[in-house]
Amino acid sequence: MLSTKDLNKRFGSLVVAQDIALELPAGVRYALIGPNGAGKTTLINLLTGLLAPDAGQIFLAGREISALRPEARVRAGLARTFQINTLFAGLTPLESVAIAVLEREGHAHNWWRALPAFGAAIEEAHGLLAKLRLAPVEHRATRELAYGQQRLLEIALALATRPRVLLLDEPAAGVPQDESAELFAAIAGLSQELTVLFIEHDMNVVFRFAERIIVMVGGRILAEGTPGEVARDARVREVYLGKHARAA
Amino acid sequence: MRPLEAAFWAATLLPFVVTPSYLALASQVAITALFALSLDLILGYAGIVSLGHAAYFGFGAYTAGLLSKHDFGEPLTGLVLAAIAAGLLGYVTSHLIVRFRHLALIMLTLGLGLLLAEAANSASWLTGGADGLQGVKTAPLLGFKFDLYGRTAYAYSLAVLFLLFLVARRIIHSPFGLALRGIRENARRMPAIGAPSLAHLRKVYTIAAVMAGAAGALLTQTTSTVSLEVLSFGRSADVLVILILGGAGRLYGGIVGAIIYMVARDQFASMNPQYWYFWVGLLLVAVVLFLPNGVLGGLSALYKRPE
Repeated sequence: MLSTKDLNKRFGSLVVAQDIALELPAGVRYALIGPNGAGKTTLINLLTGLLAPDAGQIFLAGREISALRPEARVRAGLARTFQINTLFAGLTPLESVAIAVLEREGHAHNWWRALPAFGAAIEEAHGLLAKLRLAPVEHRATRELAYGQQRLLEIALALATRPRVLLLDEPAAGVPQDESAELFAAIAGLSQELTVLFIEHDMNVVFRFAERIIVMVGGRILAEGTPGEVARDARVREVYLGKHARAA
Repeated sequence: MRPLEAAFWAATLLPFVVTPSYLALASQVAITALFALSLDLILGYAGIVSLGHAAYFGFGAYTAGLLSKHDFGEPLTGLVLAAIAAGLLGYVTSHLIVRFRHLALIMLTLGLGLLLAEAANSASWLTGGADGLQGVKTAPLLGFKFDLYGRTAYAYSLAVLFLLFLVARRIIHSPFGLALRGIRENARRMPAIGAPSLAHLRKVYTIAAVMAGAAGALLTQTTSTVSLEVLSFGRSADVLVILILGGAGRLYGGIVGAIIYMVARDQFASMNPQYWYFWVGLLLVAVVLFLPNGVLGGLSALYKRPE
């Protein structure tokens, strides 16, 4: 569904992505792990077009998207969330999600008809929020929401674009451990056709929710495989997983 | 339209009977309110801070003036053509403007405004330069002459303000208006939910330029003069002050701000013409300290408190 060919990026002398070749099939849950500074968020920024690669290509469903602007990649079916909440603080969750739905449906350019005329889009936004249990707060200003709810809204905004591939940059960042299981349960409950790649540091969560794991170190992909394969991989144990693997 | 809004617009007719000797001022207020409303669309809703919005006002003013100077003085045609001309300028400059934010944007709008003002100054063969455009004669509006008391002028300005206000009101309640608020709240998130922010911003900037141009044309037609002042930095700064005073992002903010500012200026200036800006300064400091969201922001906070 999503693949890359020889993706390279350096900031000065610092190599943040080197010969990244990915091949994510449809409907698979991937975890992207690696120590801090391994280039995980950079990879998401490259895939979504926030950063331009020095070399390499990106394909979504067989179509090259390397030259597309970020918003065009989203319309092609590639959505993401942010590690640090990147929300519309002064808008309500319903308004926020409605923006994404209206944009997807091509209504956002309409400056003549009032919002109530777009009932189907508002209804869809409401339904999406209800699925993530945000319906009770959908009319509050986003800045007033509890932190965990804001993390869920991050995901709701991405889902409103009806992605084929969803990239989650530490979806549970800053969320207490007991709540993070709940958050990942919501992610696990997403459509089985959706390809999901999430960055996560908590190995319990990774081994519980990921079908496959990609390990990045120093801008390179070190290993890729099922949780079992990755846990047995000697190189992974050595540079990254050592203590966790013993614990598991 | 809610009852309060209906009452407000009904009250705008009061000057005809209550203060008939102030209709010329009332007309200026309506024109300034329209100018502030156009700034509100880009600043209050889309978050584009501009220190050069007079460029479009002045462009509209000069377009209307040149048309009527060359025997094309029918006001409605002049108004439409001037608005279109300002819109074209807005569309062209928007390609540059929307790529910048914050300090760079302020410098850029300031620079474009100064550029146009100086160009108008040096092209005196066309604009009359520092002497102003000579020979502007506005034909009667639908048979009504522009009288000395400003009756026609106020009726005309008010009608145009009201119509364009309704347009602005529709815009902000539309999906496009919601997208603009999204850009204002978080420009970084918008592309990530598939929104072409720059295209949205170009569009609203063009619409705002059309409205500013219409306001400029109204000033030309109701006063039968055009001077370089319509393009001045002072006018750009004043309209920003007016909008912040009234409350940005509140639709009525520009109108309320224009009423307070223009009436206060008229009163202060007649008392003490030299030190008028002293009072403006005082007013600004007071607003920022006590009403950070403008007069309307203060009023709505007061209104919400008992809940």
